[in-house]
Amino acid sequence: MTERYDLLVVGAGPAGLSAAIEVAKNGLHPVVFDENARPGGQLFKQIHKFFGSKEHKAKIRGYRIGEELLKEAEEYGVKVVLNATVIGLYQEKELTVRIGDEVKHVKGDSILVATGASENMMTFPGWTLPGVIGAGAAQTMMNLHHIKAGNRVLMLGTGNVGLVVSFQLLQAGCEVVALADAAPRIGGYGVHAAKVARCGVPFYLSHTIVAAEGEECVTGVTIAEVGPDWKVKPGTEKHFDVDTICLAVGLSPMSQLLKQAGCEMKDTPGGYVPVCDALGAASVPGIFVAGDVSGIEEASSAMIEGRISGAAISHYLGYLSKDQLEQKITELETALGSLRKGMFAPENRGKLITRTEENIEVSMNLLEKGFVAEEEIERYPGVKHMVGIHPVMECTQNIPCNPCQDACSKGCISIGDNITSLPVVQTDQKCIGCGMCVASCSGQAIFLVEEESEPGFGTVTMPYEFFPLPQAGDHGKALGRDGKVVCDAEVVSVRTAKAFDHTNLLTIKVPSDMTMKARFYKCAAQ
Amino acid sequence: MDRIENHPILGASPERKLVSFTYNGKLMEGFEGEPIAVALKAAGVMAHRYTKKKHEPRGIFCAIGRCTDCVMVVDGKPNVRTCITPLAEGMKVETQYGASAKNVEAISD
Repeated sequence: MTERYDLLVVGAGPAGLSAAIEVAKNGLHPVVFDENARPGGQLFKQIHKFFGSKEHKAKIRGYRIGEELLKEAEEYGVKVVLNATVIGLYQEKELTVRIGDEVKHVKGDSILVATGASENMMTFPGWTLPGVIGAGAAQTMMNLHHIKAGNRVLMLGTGNVGLVVSFQLLQAGCEVVALADAAPRIGGYGVHAAKVARCGVPFYLSHTIVAAEGEECVTGVTIAEVGPDWKVKPGTEKHFDVDTICLAVGLSPMSQLLKQAGCEMKDTPGGYVPVCDALGAASVPGIFVAGDVSGIEEASSAMIEGRISGAAISHYLGYLSKDQLEQKITELETALGSLRKGMFAPENRGKLITRTEENIEVSMNLLEKGFVAEEEIERYPGVKHMVGIHPVMECTQNIPCNPCQDACSKGCISIGDNITSLPVVQTDQKCIGCGMCVASCSGQAIFLVEEESEPGFGTVTMPYEFFPLPQAGDHGKALGRDGKVVCDAEVVSVRTAKAFDHTNLLTIKVPSDMTMKARFYKCAAQ
Repeated sequence: MDRIENHPILGASPERKLVSFTYNGKLMEGFEGEPIAVALKAAGVMAHRYTKKKHEPRGIFCAIGRCTDCVMVVDGKPNVRTCITPLAEGMKVETQYGASAKNVEAISD
């Protein structure tokens, strides 16, 4: 006998699980199929703190959000079938799923496709060699399977995936020799680039891979500059000895099932996606979509989209009235809308924005080299000079994120109602140096600076997420935003607390004139 | 490749049971339940298979079971995606040439 459910969900990632939870709350019986051995999609590989505001679970690390989602799914009795690959989807709202060596038919009154996306690749001589891997593969190996992805790695791609995974490689103890991107400017958040750059990793924009070298596996890579015509400029080649080349060259929606089911599709710059309305309804009645399958975004948006589709499905099957649906949707769409604001909003993709919403010039150095230059940093409202300890917020792009504002109980930091506004340091409020803002910043862009803590010397407190952890009394070097040594430094303290969630607060003592330059610390031995 | 013993965010790696398996007849150890590919990577094995026509090496690429570049012959069965197949005690893992464990090209050479 064919099994039957109120809702069949394909994909137990953030979108699929959120939708299943939402419909279960309204009394429907959903089933979720996932081809993987574990639910949660890619969330369990995300070890960085998420952006957004409280309602988007900002400043919580991705894998914790995954744990919360699984717990909620369990609470509402959502049935998740793992190691189950959906291989066919039909407009009669029936699907075929392969479990082990068996193929089963399952029928639903509605279907949600939340299959997510797959990584793109790029071809160059040697691209098939063992050692050329997707950035997602690096994340999977390091964060799920506890093994280094490589000893010496070159990252291709400076979108958020390339930047975030480069930082994760450093955290896992891998050496990142360079980040390269054929585009002339860094594609991801400036704060993600800055935390990689200050560790000393060079950025090569307008550069692409010429060839990977090696017989049995990768032993090196050559990159070279590309002109506006995307062609390699002869004589600009640079060689690196590496054992791993990571490709972070975008994602493509996995929309094949929707096409198979006869849904109307469209070609977009972001991939081949189903045509759907604001609530995720595809052109075939009863088939809905949520998450990356309908356009690449963040996991935070995928979770909200899942809940919106879940509400829409509940209404479609008569479990929510039109009024109830509208109320629910208004609330969720506001949350989703705020995530889609700012410089990185979907409509701004690929555009060069030269001024912030506050009409401040954007740092070109940040876009081209990965760090804000000294002569640029003072123009931002989070960077102020004050007597005593105070936050210095090197947050220079309009991105939807505001946990720092709530983190400060003293009112030193304000963003206001517009979630993408740059944080402003209030000079009339007294900072107590608690460091909650430093730990709350998902972009690791906040420092506590005391320009003169003793005659001639000051302190800089920075977020520090590496092992081995330095200890008070250690001597080493302070590095600038560009990752180059600026002066000697002594570790004054290392603070760890549960509330900091693995972001340690490292305080170093440096000469007073270096307090606005020193942004990272390197042990003497390294 | 080195395993990560202690991670600044994830903490100490979980304790797992060591099991033995063979790789092309050679005795090796890995953790029970981890992907075969991870145990091989820890042992320094990069090439999982060689293509049929050009005899080119392939290894881990996507690590999530999509690309099928990492397939090997496991317990006599070819085309097993080693990046998502859990390692078990006594497994027989072999390099795959084309679609078999026999290096036909090497034999004919």
